[in-house]
Amino acid sequence: MALKGNLRDFSITQLLNLINVAQKTGALAVEGPTEKMWVFFREGKLAYAQTGEEDGSLAFILHKTNKLSAVQYRAIHERAGNMSDKELGLLLINANYVTQQDILTSLQTYFIGVVNRLFTWVEGIFRFENDALPPENKITVRVSLENIIIEGSRRVRELEQLNDEIPSLDMALKFTDRPGTNIRNVNLSVEEWRVVSYINPKNTIRQIATTCKMSEVEIRRVVYGLIQAGLVEVVRPLGAPPTGGLRAPLSQSEKDDRVSLVNRLIRRIRSI
Amino acid sequence: MQTVKMVITGPFNAGKSQFIQSVSEIDVVATERKISSEAEKVKETTTVAMDFGRITVDNDLVLYLFGTPGQRRFDFMWEILSEGMLGFIVLVDSTRPETFREARSILETFRAYAPTPYVVAANKQDKKEAWDVDDIRIALRLDKKVKLLPCVGTDKETVKTVLLELLYSILAEMDAAAGG
Repeated sequence: MALKGNLRDFSITQLLNLINVAQKTGALAVEGPTEKMWVFFREGKLAYAQTGEEDGSLAFILHKTNKLSAVQYRAIHERAGNMSDKELGLLLINANYVTQQDILTSLQTYFIGVVNRLFTWVEGIFRFENDALPPENKITVRVSLENIIIEGSRRVRELEQLNDEIPSLDMALKFTDRPGTNIRNVNLSVEEWRVVSYINPKNTIRQIATTCKMSEVEIRRVVYGLIQAGLVEVVRPLGAPPTGGLRAPLSQSEKDDRVSLVNRLIRRIRSI
Repeated sequence: MQTVKMVITGPFNAGKSQFIQSVSEIDVVATERKISSEAEKVKETTTVAMDFGRITVDNDLVLYLFGTPGQRRFDFMWEILSEGMLGFIVLVDSTRPETFREARSILETFRAYAPTPYVVAANKQDKKEAWDVDDIRIALRLDKKVKLLPCVGTDKETVKTVLLELLYSILAEMDAAAGG
């Protein structure tokens, strides 16, 4: 019987641990809110992984891991689109474009990256099909799960910390007015500069992430660094609709009533 | 009869139940349970739903003080409690710097729920190992405009001061809104 469940109840760390300890062979399909992923295992080792969004071909993976240029990738895609990964791999090795080691390293890096992304999912339906094997035309690897689990657990902890520090992406950012702070004197990465250029109380963190094409984890990581350095602070976005409290538009008499109410509270508390 | 509410929030064991008890005219309606987690066994019981205190202002007006559950796994209650609040107080245990990060996170979460005024109270300032208020301000990365008040939850006077400072902030915000 297939293992089925939700990552909310049985985390990806627990799943990988189960596959590792039980030396399982099969396919794990995980369907998140916006994406689907497939990870294949052989005798408890990572063999192959693919996301629903990406091409997943050898040419794509070699391009993504910088072993093929964009021009080479496009040419292969156009001329050798029907070739299997195994055939393409042999062709590229024989033509001295890449080595066998390049291919294996690239595939490992890509597959581990797919699994690492799964660690950031807190919600998703999973299903493990025993004995299901990767597609025959694909090149597989053998990667022990122990290191992946340890690294993934680190990422989960980091994510939890980032979520604690920046609980809502619907808040905005503004530069702190601390005297002596000048952002031009700070060494920022390209990614950080891109975020900095959009910092404005009108923009929510989520909007900045969308504009900069960053995932929630990536934007949280950048914002966390900027907050820790005392360069920015989290503020409510300008023009955000009131969600409660006293900011709903009030008539003058309602305002007077509210002021009177607060003054009554003040007098009462003073008298306790 | 009109009722208004303030929310008292903060990390586990920050002293929220005691804070409310000090000024409530009724025995605090507490929903406490024995602590199951070994890591959190710095006290015998903790609030699992909310604490609830009352201050009757006059025949027409009652102020309710709601204390949020301290353990993060009950944070689904926070948004419900924050709805329609007049303002909120974040209580920090001045003797436990390991909880400052969580206090900061709780503060940010409540700020995201509602644009209501708030103050931060550095509780347990009577304890020898309590951090100075100025140091707590830096640790919590609080802007100088945010009120951070020394507090002893068992001392009614300091609790009153915290409540009053929140009410002054609410008045100031109303003034600012009327002016703008």
